Amino acid sequence: MTLQPIMDGLVNGAIIGLGAIGVTLTYAILRFANFAHGELLSWGAYLALTLSGALGALLPGLGTSLGPFSFGWSVPIAMVGSILLTAALTLAVDWLLFGRLRRSGAVTIILVMASFGAALALRNLLEFAYTSSPKYFSNALQISREILPGLRATPDQLLVVALGVVLVVLVHLLLTRTAAGRSMRAVSEDPQLSALVGIDTRAVIRMVWVLGAALAAVAGIMSGVVVQIRPTMGHDLLLPLFAAAILGGIGSVPGAMLAGLIVGLAEALTVQVIGAEWRAAVSFVILVAVLLLRPQGIFGKVSA
Amino acid sequence: MIDLLSYAAFFLTMALTYAVICLGLNLQWGQTGLFNVGVAGFVAVGAYVSAILTTPPIEGRLGGFELPMIFGWLGGGLAAGLLCLAIGALTLRLRSDYLAIATFGAAVVIQLALLNLEGLTGGPFGVGFIPRPFGALQGDADLFALSNLSVMIVTVLICYLALEHLVRSPWGRVLRALREDETAARALGKNPVTYRLQAFAIGGFVMGIGGAAQGHFIGFIAPDNYLPILTFQVWTMLIVGGSGNMRGAILGAVLVWAIWAVSGSAVSALFPTEQQARAASLQIVMIGVALCAVLLLRPRGLLGEAGTLRRAKTRTAPKISEGTETNA
Repeated sequence: MTLQPIMDGLVNGAIIGLGAIGVTLTYAILRFANFAHGELLSWGAYLALTLSGALGALLPGLGTSLGPFSFGWSVPIAMVGSILLTAALTLAVDWLLFGRLRRSGAVTIILVMASFGAALALRNLLEFAYTSSPKYFSNALQISREILPGLRATPDQLLVVALGVVLVVLVHLLLTRTAAGRSMRAVSEDPQLSALVGIDTRAVIRMVWVLGAALAAVAGIMSGVVVQIRPTMGHDLLLPLFAAAILGGIGSVPGAMLAGLIVGLAEALTVQVIGAEWRAAVSFVILVAVLLLRPQGIFGKVSA
Repeated sequence: MIDLLSYAAFFLTMALTYAVICLGLNLQWGQTGLFNVGVAGFVAVGAYVSAILTTPPIEGRLGGFELPMIFGWLGGGLAAGLLCLAIGALTLRLRSDYLAIATFGAAVVIQLALLNLEGLTGGPFGVGFIPRPFGALQGDADLFALSNLSVMIVTVLICYLALEHLVRSPWGRVLRALREDETAARALGKNPVTYRLQAFAIGGFVMGIGGAAQGHFIGFIAPDNYLPILTFQVWTMLIVGGSGNMRGAILGAVLVWAIWAVSGSAVSALFPTEQQARAASLQIVMIGVALCAVLLLRPRGLLGEAGTLRRAKTRTAPKISEGTETNA
């Protein structure tokens, strides 16, 4: 038994955690389980891949590796572009689909079903545009270094974990320390009452989409850097995202990240102990355990 | 012409197996408002259990009981129903979309189990030699196809009449009452969790029978038949036909299966081999968009629900959503 699964688990957990923050915010503030959230990770990764490919072709200097990492400046620059485009995508989908359903007074479950349809359309659009063969940001091979006895990591992996932690702290501060965050939490508590005291709920909804999309894009790109980019990558992560959001407690940002790390570690340990073929079942086991033992999650409040 | 007849009969037989699955989903969603995202998983359980019960024994795989087909179908339905009961018991007390998440997860795990439990399911190669109804008639293509079709017509009729009887019974009225106005129904002393659990399990039973029937008409099942796209096809059938209406569920199944089959053969006829995978994904994009469009533009589907006055959908003030919508 080595420490190696811990590193793999933390890397995947950071990616799951970032995605789960978007799920938990949509769930708490827009009040529905968004089955299309996984696709935002895929879209973020593919948009960044396209942008960084274009940048690398225009300015070959941007493609050369950055310090110890496997990618050049083109990837961080493309990440900014991808965040903006993914955010624009979610706003477009909200304008086309979810916003209209909300205004027509549709019940929660209709929104869930619409997100299911949107997920299928978005995923297969990617498969149509990019085919199902896996893509990579760079072909450079990275040698993992020993950072502790029995624990090896590549610089890319360490960057993913560090970036994940920094982003969680930033989002947590945004929600707890700024006016925008306060209005988001208010809408999550009671949409009618917060509209009554003058909070622009539509602006809050837009903020939720943009924030969720930005984190999803970053998570997708990180997954693309340390693993690979496939049209089904977001769909494969969807169950871990839901498991993490529910385990962390709906609405809790630190909870989502902590639970993401727990899910990631549990998956890595399962791969080590039982076998890689059962990896996808881990999230379901965690989900069932949470629903049985503590349906409100680690940091969740008991709802009526 | 002779080929055409047996092809038409085979096509209709397949469409009617979907109709049975769709009828099960209609009880869960159309009548009760429970969102099941794991249809493919429950259908797979029905198909595999029936296959294991009825196939001849094979080296290295459990099963091969060679039971008569009717036991396979009932066993498949029972297994799927029990699974629905377990998942419903876990989630129906909680928020309404937890059921959706849990059924989605169940379908993922069932798919994994089909692939990895080789001693039970045959792994990626699946189960073959599933006995077909009227297998003795296989020499005469037309007679064989028509007798299969008649089996399926009878099955659909039985499911239709039984479900129709159920939803018209006092039990069915309670389901609709719970869906339309839960508070009022609770005030009359109806326990929502119990009724929803029963409806979810019975729907799962019907779905399992549909899955079992499908396996027996194809004669061979493999994990690839039960990918999430199956869930999506069945949902599209129900939404297009009109959720809440049993005849709509059957009509939707035949119609969507026809569109699917025609567009599928158009894809293989029009596009070169190397582009077919891409064209097929575009086919799925269109169905995804169509589902969203029906939800937006014609939420009641082609036939809609008969005989109920649904609450007026108009609201004056724009709201963020239903707010504290729960199942409990």
